[in-house]
This record gives sequence, C-alpha cells and structure tokens, in this order.
Amino acid sequence: MPLSSFRYYLMPAFILLLCFISVGANSAIETFEFDNVEQEQVFHDLTKQLRCPKCQNQNISDSNAPLAKDLRNKTYELVKQGKSEQQVVDYMVARFGNFVRYDPPLTPATIFLWLGPLVFIFIGFYFLYGQLKRQNKQDDHLDSQESDRLEQILAGKTSVNKKTKQEKK
Amino acid sequence: MANTRKILTLSVPLVIFFSVCYFLFKGLYSDPRKLDSALIGQSVPQFTLQDIYDPQKQYDSSIFKGQKMLLNVWATWCPTCYAEHKFLNKLAGQGIYIVGMNYKDNRTKAIKWLTDLKDPYQISLFDENGMLGLDLGVYGAPETYLIDSKGIIQYRHVGDLNEKNWSETVLPIFNEME
Repeated sequence: MPLSSFRYYLMPAFILLLCFISVGANSAIETFEFDNVEQEQVFHDLTKQLRCPKCQNQNISDSNAPLAKDLRNKTYELVKQGKSEQQVVDYMVARFGNFVRYDPPLTPATIFLWLGPLVFIFIGFYFLYGQLKRQNKQDDHLDSQESDRLEQILAGKTSVNKKTKQEKK
Repeated sequence: MANTRKILTLSVPLVIFFSVCYFLFKGLYSDPRKLDSALIGQSVPQFTLQDIYDPQKQYDSSIFKGQKMLLNVWATWCPTCYAEHKFLNKLAGQGIYIVGMNYKDNRTKAIKWLTDLKDPYQISLFDENGMLGLDLGVYGAPETYLIDSKGIIQYRHVGDLNEKNWSETVLPIFNEME
C-alpha cells in the first residue's frame, strides 16, 4: 500500500475518532476519598439527584456555584459518616425545601404530575368512545324508504351483472 | 349551534396547550431564591460560633430568644451588602435589634468593614466556613431572617433591605411578630 493512500484513510479515521471523545459534562473537579465503593456510588448518586438551590437547573455535581460546592462537601461529610442516601436527602430538604430534589415527592402540590397523564389518557379514551358511538348511530340510521331503495339498487346491480355475463356468452 | 359546540370542543386542546406553555415560560424566569425558606416556623438551628471581634467569646442559639430581631447575613465580598449597610445602620438607630452573621469571610476584613462603616449589630457572629449558613439554608449574602422572641424564624428576605421593601413587606411582618 502506498504511503499517500494510507494518509488519505488515516486522517479521516482519526477525525472521526475525535468525534466520539466526549468532553466531561461535569464542570466541578474535586477529589474525594472514600472508604469503599458503595460510599463513592452513594455520593455520586446524591450529587446527581440534588439540585443546586441557587441555580436555575443544575445539580450540585454540575454547578460551580460556591453554594453547590458547600453542598458537595456536606454531602461528602455525611456520606463519610455512614449516612444513607435517604438520610442525606432528608437533611438537605430540611434546609432548602423540596426544591433541592430532582425527584419530587408525592404531595398535594405535585400530585398532578402523577395524575395528569392518567387524566389525559382517560380523556382520550372518552373521546374515542364518543366518536365510536356516533359512528354506530350513523350506521343504524336507515329508515324504511332508504332500505327499500338500497334493495332496489342491489337487485338492479345483480340483474345488470347477469346481462353482461349473458352478452359475453 | 352544533357548529359552535364543535369549535368549543376542538379548542380545548389548544387552551390546554397554551396554559402549559404559560407555566413552562414562567418557569424559565422564576427565581428559585424567591421560594419560602424551608425553616419558616422552626427555631434557629443549634450552633456554636465565635464573636467576630473576640475569638474567645462564643455564642449559641440561646441569643435568639427573649426579643424579636433581625438576623442579617453579610460578607465583605458582597457588593449588595455594602449598599445595604447604610440602611441597616438606620434601622439600628431606630432601635431595631439586629444580629449580624458574617458569612464565609475574613475576620480582619470584616472588622475593618464594621469599624469604617459603623456597626449596626448588637451581636456579630463569625461563620467562617458557612456552617450555620448551611443549616439556615442560606443561598448567599445578603439575606435577612425575622426571628420572634421565642427564637422561631418567621420570614426570610433574600437580597438587600432598603427603604421600599422594608416599609412595604418586611416591617408589617416584623410588627406582627411577638
């Protein structure tokens, strides 16, 4: 294989490869040391599901806000103390309210999130049912005159068919 | 008649669509800091903090009992606090009891600030690493909490206190507190 063609193939392949390298979306770079893998996992789960209270839409692992950093440190401290995921979430909710959770709890204010889709499904079915019922009604409506006419047409058609058949013979 | 009914029925999805759009659009511009504090109706969390002037002197949450007061969170790195400071001096002059909490700051800078600009605070707490701040659910500085004589947090004001929001919003709540 000549060198030039090798270059031709290698360069695009290299560029293509670059496209698959993703730059980390997490902007905060800090090093935390954990006693075991479980704790590390709990910490990462928590920093992803806790929302930075001051930011519009970022979790505390993504945000560079000083407050998010404080919350990361506090989360680390609590996890290190052996607190469970739920305990840490409760701790944060007690201080910053439910806003801090990306997974909202079922409360009177949020119940629409669960019931809303169901309501829409029911409305859809109701609409379909109404549509179907109306169609059936329309089908049924043939009064005596109309059905007589229909019979006549059908009868005429068969006789026409017969005629054409006979002519062919 | 049947036609208007049809138009009405068919416009229902459109109305739903627009109302959903309205709420989503509003959500784009809502300020999460305007939410009520999670601590309203609860007592001030337990803490032990040093006095800003004297590291030997320590305070705990018992200082918030006995009379209604303001707890003002401030820092020298916060330009809005600078703008607010004059008004706090004025409030202190009117005899309003204000506790200051210096939040994640430098002690020397804070003391210089209080010496230069006058000190409106009856007690100045030094919360160097933001421990009490975190327990209070502080987003940043300045923030002002209204605390009643039993040590219960009744209201939180985010941002600077000024003549307008004080007389319109905060003072009526402060006057109603025991």
